[in-house]
Amino acid sequence: MELLYLAIPLSALLGSIIAGLFSARIGRVGAHSVTILGVGVSFVLSLVALYHIVFAGGEIFNATVYTWMVSDGISFEIGFLIDHLTVMMMSVVTGVSLAVHVYTIGYMADEEHNWPKESLAGKNAYQRFFSYISLFTFSMLMLVMSNNFLQLFFGWEAVGLVSYLLIGFWSVRPTAVYANLKAFLVNRVGDFGFILGIAAIVMYSGSLDYYQVFAVADRLADTSVSIFSGTEWNLVTVICILLFIGAMGKSAQVPLHVWLPDSMEGPTPISALIHAATMVTAGIFMVSRMSPLFELSDVALSFVMIIGAITALFMGLVGIVQNDIKRVVAYSTLSQLGYMTVALGASAYSAAVFHLMTHAFFKALLFLAAGSVIIAMHHEQDMRKMGGLKKYLPITYWTSLIGSLALIGFPGFSGFFSKDTIIEAVHHSTTPGHEIAYMAVLLGVFITAFYTFRMFFLVFHGEQRMDKHTREHLREPPWVVTGPLIALAIPSAIIGWITIGPMLFGNYFDDAIYVAEQHRGLEIVGQSFHSAIGFVEHGIFHSKAFLLAMAGVFAAWYLYISNPAGADYLKKVFAWPYRLLEEKYFADRANEIVFGAGSRNLGNRLWSTGDVAIIDGLMVNGSAKLVVWFSSLVRQLQSGLLYHYAFAMIIGVLGLLTAFVIM
Amino acid sequence: MSFTDFIFLAFSAMLIASALAVITARNPVHSALFLVLCFFASSALWLLLEAEFLAIALVLVYVGAVMVLFLFIVMMLDINLVQIREGFVRYLPIGAFFALCLVGIMVWVVGDFGARIFDTPELQQAVQHGADYSNTKALGRVLYTDYVLPFEVAAVILLVAIIAAITLTMRRREQTKYQTPGKQIRVKREDRLRIVKMDSVPGEPKS
Amino acid sequence: MIGLNSYLILGAVLFAISIAGIFLNRKNVVVLLMCIELMLLAANINFVAFSYYLNDLAGQVFVFFILTVAASEAAIGLAILVVLFRNRHSIDVEQLNEMKG
Repeated sequence: MELLYLAIPLSALLGSIIAGLFSARIGRVGAHSVTILGVGVSFVLSLVALYHIVFAGGEIFNATVYTWMVSDGISFEIGFLIDHLTVMMMSVVTGVSLAVHVYTIGYMADEEHNWPKESLAGKNAYQRFFSYISLFTFSMLMLVMSNNFLQLFFGWEAVGLVSYLLIGFWSVRPTAVYANLKAFLVNRVGDFGFILGIAAIVMYSGSLDYYQVFAVADRLADTSVSIFSGTEWNLVTVICILLFIGAMGKSAQVPLHVWLPDSMEGPTPISALIHAATMVTAGIFMVSRMSPLFELSDVALSFVMIIGAITALFMGLVGIVQNDIKRVVAYSTLSQLGYMTVALGASAYSAAVFHLMTHAFFKALLFLAAGSVIIAMHHEQDMRKMGGLKKYLPITYWTSLIGSLALIGFPGFSGFFSKDTIIEAVHHSTTPGHEIAYMAVLLGVFITAFYTFRMFFLVFHGEQRMDKHTREHLREPPWVVTGPLIALAIPSAIIGWITIGPMLFGNYFDDAIYVAEQHRGLEIVGQSFHSAIGFVEHGIFHSKAFLLAMAGVFAAWYLYISNPAGADYLKKVFAWPYRLLEEKYFADRANEIVFGAGSRNLGNRLWSTGDVAIIDGLMVNGSAKLVVWFSSLVRQLQSGLLYHYAFAMIIGVLGLLTAFVIM
Repeated sequence: MSFTDFIFLAFSAMLIASALAVITARNPVHSALFLVLCFFASSALWLLLEAEFLAIALVLVYVGAVMVLFLFIVMMLDINLVQIREGFVRYLPIGAFFALCLVGIMVWVVGDFGARIFDTPELQQAVQHGADYSNTKALGRVLYTDYVLPFEVAAVILLVAIIAAITLTMRRREQTKYQTPGKQIRVKREDRLRIVKMDSVPGEPKS
Repeated sequence: MIGLNSYLILGAVLFAISIAGIFLNRKNVVVLLMCIELMLLAANINFVAFSYYLNDLAGQVFVFFILTVAASEAAIGLAILVVLFRNRHSIDVEQLNEMKG
């Protein structure tokens, strides 16, 4: 089995290396073939592992593959921890990655048009892209399969790096370069907290291995640290908050969310793969993995929940006013990540991971569908220039509908099961602040439905607002594009029915997730759960969420199909809030002014005062000037005149005489 | 006060006064002459101290040779008298101050108000010699027996001084003709005579 | 009444005068040399006084040698002065500052 587990990430890596290093030799077909083969092997083997662990009752695999070094008693190693959580993540990651690989063949078909003629980076860009997404798959697999913090951090950083490479893939575009730098830098801020958390763990527990740390977690809960003198903090709270800061960066929670909308500068396949399905969920996965630690700190859980609630609600609101089709889906991703975070805060880790899985499928589907629309519209992304595409892109239309219904939580689709569970779990949780969070997630349902179907109606229904030339060329993209759409639509529709019982209310995650006695919100929900059908029926007739979702759909239909003037009227009436949402709460401006301009100012001041004035002027030149001044002073003693020298001698004689007389 | 004391005070006063005159005189010739007076006065003081030989040696050697040399030089150099005295008054305070400091210290060491270092009994009264005491004889006896080596060295110093003085100041005049016999003897025929072969050409008498 | 102390004080005064003379004299190198002779004279007076009061001829012998050396030093000093005057046609001490820093 170990060989199989090793093969899963390594085959993806092998595909990436071959496509990357031999890109010129093997050409486009060779590159996509070898990477799809690599990721395909990973996917199949992940399914084998899934079967082995879940259905065949195999044991959890927790072993070291390679010890890098042992220093001061701490062992730095590469190791795998394969349990239920891991195999689920592995399957999702490799599955979505495989779908995206196939999709990219169609999306990147006319890649040469994106580069200027003599661009060096544009040579073999097609192969480079495939290499990168395979590399990403490898990194994400290393992250989820790891059994220690070192490998987790390696995977963490590696996915951040590949995200950077991919967002700025079209490096000749300045906006892409700004976006990838922004992503990397904001990620870095989160990683700073993350690494501090890992350092604290190593310092107080002496080990990087998950199980060893969890074993001493109780002892850590009794320790206090004093960060600022005079204030004592509980150690586990500090560690959990620091780790969550890392998750905030990676999973784009407020205030480290600013990079995700800009990451839409990258090609759509990676928006689907990285910024919807997998990388951004790394933070959620990490917190779930660390549930033994988080359960020991109510403060940390409350913090997580509040941040998640803020993200879920406010990012959804911004999604309402977006005109770029990809941006809407991006803000939707932010909002849904907020939902997952709220679930984590409510100690409903399995609900969060379940939503992660369903979200991976329908969000990737929505992104790829958006990409399909973009391809058909010749890379036009503004929704105001679309409309009425239903009859031109039927497959895209129906799969988008399935994805949208899943997203808003329409009963029966996968998103419904996960979202409603989260809402109920938050309602019954005991974490401080859960009332606010409940309000936020409930309101979020309305908003989600509104912006989702706003997008749906603007793109596929209503009058056709595109120009004649584009309309004549509208046709459904080839099967390499629509195939993955269908492949993702199927789980978006049905996976909820199959997995809700065992995953959420069964013992699927028992070996991975630990929930403390006092945080049994999810269990309370589970007490009234009998079957999937029952859950659906309860959702339709007894929950507010369904009503809110329908209200959102109706509002979107009214404002964008039935009475378009109504939208303009509302925009005028609510001009000021509209402006606020358009400017994304001025978060970007604030960052620019405070951090960007502030750092530049600080740097300038340090240069002009510190470097030029103090170091150069005072110390370097100053010491030289001091020497020169002093020596010019002393030089006057050497007048060259005899009687001056004689006088000096006389003074010396006098001095000596006085000395001798006194003593 | 006895007569000796009076003599001492008189000559001391003369000594100090002429010393002051040396450094303040406007004319360098006057300075030199005042220095001669200094030496005379101190010679008299040394006679009081029963150092007869040295007293007369001071006059003969110092005044007679060294001061004459000084005067000679002073008069040989064509000195512009006008600009000589600038700067004297400006620096007088400092110079006087340091001089007074020096005197003060030394007086304090030996004097009645100070440390009285030399107030031991055996230094109070010198030994009086008889009438047939010859200072020169005693000095000569010591000089050629105990101090004969320093004596020779002193002679060498004087020789060196002669050579140095001559080396420094001698100028050779190009126009002076003098003979060097050693070179004259070593002359060869080739240095003086050169034979040139030439054809005899009958010259055309000019008419 | 007049004892060793008086002679010593006399020597000190003479020495101080000559030092002042060296310092105050800026224009005339010859007077500089004369002040040096005065200094030597002051030292000689001290030696002779001590020789008398300690009844030891060593003091006078030393004066003898000081006289010798003083004479030769005066000779050489004047020779240098003559050469200096030949080159500069002036005996101004303040012009002898080529060695200044």
